Amino acid sequence: MASKGICDRVAIVGMGCTKFGEHWNRSASDLLVDAVQEAYGSAGIEPDNVDAYWLGTTGSGISGLTLSEPLKIQYKPVTRLENMCATGSEAIRNAAYAVASGAYDLVMAVGVEKLKDSGFSGLTGSAPPGDGTESGMTAPANFSLLAPAYAEKYGVDLETMRDVLTKIAYKNHYNGARNEKAQFQREVPVEKINASPKVAGMLGIMDCSGVSDGSAAAVICRAEDAHKYNDNPIFIKALSFVAGPSEGAKRQDYDFTTFPEVVESARDAYVQAGIEDPREQISMAEVHDCFTPTELVLMEDLGFSPRGQAWKDTMDGRFDLDGDQPVNPDGGLKSFGHPIGASGLRMMHEMWLQLWRRGR
Amino acid sequence: MSGIVRYGSYVPFNRIQRSAIGAGRGERAAASYDEDSASMAVEASREALRELPEGAAVDTVAFASTSAPYSEKLNAATLQAATNLPKSVTALDLGGSTRSGLSALLAGIDMASAGRTVLVAASDVVVGAPSGPRESGGGDAAAAFVLGGNGTEPIARLVGRASCTEEVLDVWKSPGMPFAKQWEERFGADVYTPLLVETFGRALADAGVSASDLSKVVLDGTNARVFRGFLRPAGIAPEQILDGLAGTVGRAGSAHAGLVLASALDGASAGDRIAVAVVADGVDVAVFEVTDAIDAGRPKHSVASWVESKRNDLAYTTYLKWREVLPFEPPRRPDPDRPAAPPMQRAERWKFGFLGSRCNRCGNTNLPPQRVCVVCQAVDDSTVEPYADGECRISTYTLDRLAYSLQPPVIGAVVDFDKGGRMLCQLTDVDPDNVGIGDELEMTFRRLYTAGGVHNYFWKARPKR
Repeated sequence: MASKGICDRVAIVGMGCTKFGEHWNRSASDLLVDAVQEAYGSAGIEPDNVDAYWLGTTGSGISGLTLSEPLKIQYKPVTRLENMCATGSEAIRNAAYAVASGAYDLVMAVGVEKLKDSGFSGLTGSAPPGDGTESGMTAPANFSLLAPAYAEKYGVDLETMRDVLTKIAYKNHYNGARNEKAQFQREVPVEKINASPKVAGMLGIMDCSGVSDGSAAAVICRAEDAHKYNDNPIFIKALSFVAGPSEGAKRQDYDFTTFPEVVESARDAYVQAGIEDPREQISMAEVHDCFTPTELVLMEDLGFSPRGQAWKDTMDGRFDLDGDQPVNPDGGLKSFGHPIGASGLRMMHEMWLQLWRRGR
Repeated sequence: MSGIVRYGSYVPFNRIQRSAIGAGRGERAAASYDEDSASMAVEASREALRELPEGAAVDTVAFASTSAPYSEKLNAATLQAATNLPKSVTALDLGGSTRSGLSALLAGIDMASAGRTVLVAASDVVVGAPSGPRESGGGDAAAAFVLGGNGTEPIARLVGRASCTEEVLDVWKSPGMPFAKQWEERFGADVYTPLLVETFGRALADAGVSASDLSKVVLDGTNARVFRGFLRPAGIAPEQILDGLAGTVGRAGSAHAGLVLASALDGASAGDRIAVAVVADGVDVAVFEVTDAIDAGRPKHSVASWVESKRNDLAYTTYLKWREVLPFEPPRRPDPDRPAAPPMQRAERWKFGFLGSRCNRCGNTNLPPQRVCVVCQAVDDSTVEPYADGECRISTYTLDRLAYSLQPPVIGAVVDFDKGGRMLCQLTDVDPDNVGIGDELEMTFRRLYTAGGVHNYFWKARPKR
């Protein structure tokens, strides 16, 4: 794959992000109004300045009307998109590419999800009418397959594996305890993580991201205009997305210790950004810790740790807030929950805060 | 002369102790939460169809049950699809009485005499009102027979038969009644015993044999009291009576006579004469003579092997939950969607027949069948690969305590087939605490759930039985 990328051609000049949590008194529309207003204010712009919008949501609305109706957007293009857990990031990517194409000068990427109105545990999807042969397994069950497979492949005994997963949960809750926008703002003792009720395989409730409501938004413009809106714009170096053939559940040679899609997309992104040694050159990362073993495997797929070493790096504190390569400094999905369409933008919001504050 | 060409049986994995119900000794077989009379009929039929002799091509399918999953929609069609029989078969459902199993067998032999080759499957999930004799004395099981005439070598020929039909209120169940009822047994015995003696005598006369010529006698009916006054007038010695599996399986409704006949055939030798009598709404009697072909015609599983392969500590409350007698707290998850008719129709060969595809270019097997090969991406270039009898092992697995199930946790396993191919599927008939990577499995046809009145059938893997 050889994507040319859009390195340094677009910038993020403002962001907004609601508190994530159980917003019993706020609808998806309310959350969108909150996030978008904050983003307008952050970039110092008026709605009239925005040429087009991309809205990511998996199930909290269909069509661009989900955004244009509550915001009273005055006859602008609004694209609603869905790409499973990458939905929020895809809103950013598509918005950024639209600016890079020259079609628009200033756009917004917005994500929202209102999960808590369903009354169900975990995530629920709305699949098209089917033949009834789907496995019926839930997300934690699917991701739980990673842990024993990783332990087996790299000779990590299951007790140590438990400690590694607990460390990831502990770290992310430690970080979230310092974040006023997180769903859970308290540290969670190791004993409590270890003793949490089992959900799937090795995974207890404390290995799973929470179920929450939230929204986040980004203002994206041409790089040459960035300083009009913000003294410290964030320039996008690389965006990469790949979809695979979903062959892991069909081929006997897949061993459940890696996400080939992540490996390919990271490789592509590093080429775009000119990163040669991600372990040394990447200072911090926001990654998709939907379940604790996901974060573990991502450390290797992203090249932060050599294969079979991420569990040691995790235990050694490499990815802690004060470690060599902090991961999920905002507390991750563990602390924020996973309002799906909003998560990618929430991760970008943390990056933006970190880089913007450093810039000031 | 027409007769039984092949046979098969099926007894589900779970047993409930009668002491757990407070109802005497022994145990009864209980269909799992994901089984019904159609899925069990498929299991028994797979046994009967696995190694058909030369020249036997099934062209008729009959399904007999008093607990058919659908009261309107052909249950025999599920059987046809799940056993990959040709669509040109004649198919029919029978029911109405637990005598229907043997009646279907006799009708099938008549059809065989007219040149047909017939699969008859009888299957029942017997649910009685809690604490009643039907609950404790009933059992769940299935039996299947392939019946043929000229051109096929039967393992047992029908040599005599007789029937009797009596309009009598013995066991009855009207639409809307949750459980069948039965009139007092003393009345039934007084009505039925003379009918049985007379009908049995006609069957022996038809066969030209006397009672003492019978190696084994299978006696089955709604009312065990009927048989007390039968042996002496019929001239049958108690040792001729075959164990009716009352202590190990329970009376499996319309499947029961077939199940006990299957156990008789399991132990039969050429020349043995076996009489089968069922007393329910009248009497059917069949007399079979076992042929030399018996040794080559036995199924993979004997009745005894099914009976021995079990988990026997099913809790009574769990049993009542499985039978939907006891309401329970549902999980905080959405109810499963009703499977949709067009996708099921398109996927029929996968969903029911469990047929995968093998790529003609690279040889890779794809489960479910793929238009584009997952390995070499060849398009629309594959052949059908059957998987129902495919042996497989656990590559990895997980216990899903969040997923919707009548019996959580859902045990999801990545299953690799010895002949190639991998799928993510649910395990059944297994202790969640006793699953391991590398465990050997075989496939079984199950009802995953029912939604909107639609029974969602598909295959699961189970430890080898």
